[in-house]
Amino acid sequence: MTSSVIIEQLKRERILDLLKEGKRLDGRGLYDQRTLTIETGIIPKADGSARARLGDTEIVTGVKIQPDKPFPDLGDKGILICTAEILPLADPGAEPGPPNEEVIELARVVDRGIRETEMVDLKQLVLKKDKSVIGIFIDSSVINTDGNLFDTCSYASVAALLSCTVPKYEIKEDVPALVEGQRSKPPIKTIPVSVTMARIGEHIVVDPTADEEACMNARITITTNSEGNICAIQKGGNDGFAVEQLFKCAEIAISVGTKIRKRLEQLM
Amino acid sequence: MNENGIRCDGRKIDQLRNISLKVGVLKNADGSAYIEFGKNKILAGIFGPRDVHPKHMADSDKGILRCRYHMSPFSVTERKNPAPSRREIEISKVIKEALQPAVILKDFPRTVVDVFIEVLQADGGSRCAALDAASIALADAGIPMRDMVSACAAGKVADQIVLDVNDEEDKEGQADMPVAYMPNLGKVTLMQLDGILTPSEYKKCLETAIGGCKQVYEIQRKALMEKYFENGSQ
Repeated sequence: MTSSVIIEQLKRERILDLLKEGKRLDGRGLYDQRTLTIETGIIPKADGSARARLGDTEIVTGVKIQPDKPFPDLGDKGILICTAEILPLADPGAEPGPPNEEVIELARVVDRGIRETEMVDLKQLVLKKDKSVIGIFIDSSVINTDGNLFDTCSYASVAALLSCTVPKYEIKEDVPALVEGQRSKPPIKTIPVSVTMARIGEHIVVDPTADEEACMNARITITTNSEGNICAIQKGGNDGFAVEQLFKCAEIAISVGTKIRKRLEQLM
Repeated sequence: MNENGIRCDGRKIDQLRNISLKVGVLKNADGSAYIEFGKNKILAGIFGPRDVHPKHMADSDKGILRCRYHMSPFSVTERKNPAPSRREIEISKVIKEALQPAVILKDFPRTVVDVFIEVLQADGGSRCAALDAASIALADAGIPMRDMVSACAAGKVADQIVLDVNDEEDKEGQADMPVAYMPNLGKVTLMQLDGILTPSEYKKCLETAIGGCKQVYEIQRKALMEKYFENGSQ
């Protein structure tokens, strides 16, 4: 216990020293992301799937599509739900059991990014108004953690959605019935890209590693859509941001987001 | 919103809802506050610094902050299941992280300061109203603080940036951005966004919200003075 605290302290000082020269522990520039790899179609039994790796952070997402009842006040829209789980094999500190507040926040931030950008046109997923709609369930499993679960999970979820196919259902005698062999592309309107930044001292860094997250003051995740507009934000961490920093973060999120979006567009 | 820029509840675009704030409303708590923010009715109670249970959560270097944001089953139109929802757990976390920069707990190692928030009636912007009450309840409890935390939302309704989005505007509107701000240190400690804003609207929305936070701050100051100084003056 004691020895690990000393290593953390040394690492922390090294990270802070390097930042003063505009450098990072792994040699990246402040606004560079780690290498991103995305594979799709890795789980054939799912309707869509993807594995995203951002550095050593790795997340597998599966999309399952099935008929469901609409939400009571949203009878003219299909359902879309994101969940996330940090598997116990992902991290020595991860434990099985009900999700803790970090995992709930992760799933809700990913969900918000996809929902608020209106990535999927949910109005096209209605089988019978107020009675029966198509539900899209996007479930993410964290396989390995090294910081920035938000962006990795968001990219895996968006990639799985972009590569999914929607089975066809028809209403027969008031119940939805599967029409075999007829699948279509999902109604995609825009591609959300989340960009997470950490404030360490007065420096803003993009895509923090676990070590950087351990010494960050605050964190912000900004999701943009294909038009370059800002659609979802979540600030986290135990300190705040100056207003000017928040303006800067939005600019970074838009420019980094544009590059990632080109990668995701190729999956369509 | 009508053609004169008057909103569904009669406010102008840059106008807050009515806010009333009372400090020291709970006898058993170390600090407390009650806020009415529009139709929101919210209680905040502070307990601590006190022993941490479970013990493994304790930090030997400093006190810890815990927060529970909870909505009463009768606080909304459809009865809400009393068990904490995922939404409430997330809001508890962001409220805790919004208050954390303001409190100084280094002199209270191995203890916890518990912030309990009960939303008796909800009306849009409840997390901001809850933060406003929690922040002065912490001051009422005598917890050392760097600054007050003042919170207020701004949003986009009918293509205009408006201050303090109410429930109806939140549901029908295009964007909602809750913001918490430390007015003397100039730091944003909570920011979320649901909805679509262009980069210039984003700037305007954040500035509008901070303007609201500064107005809330004056109301918080007055509420504290009413309890601690006769006739509300020093």
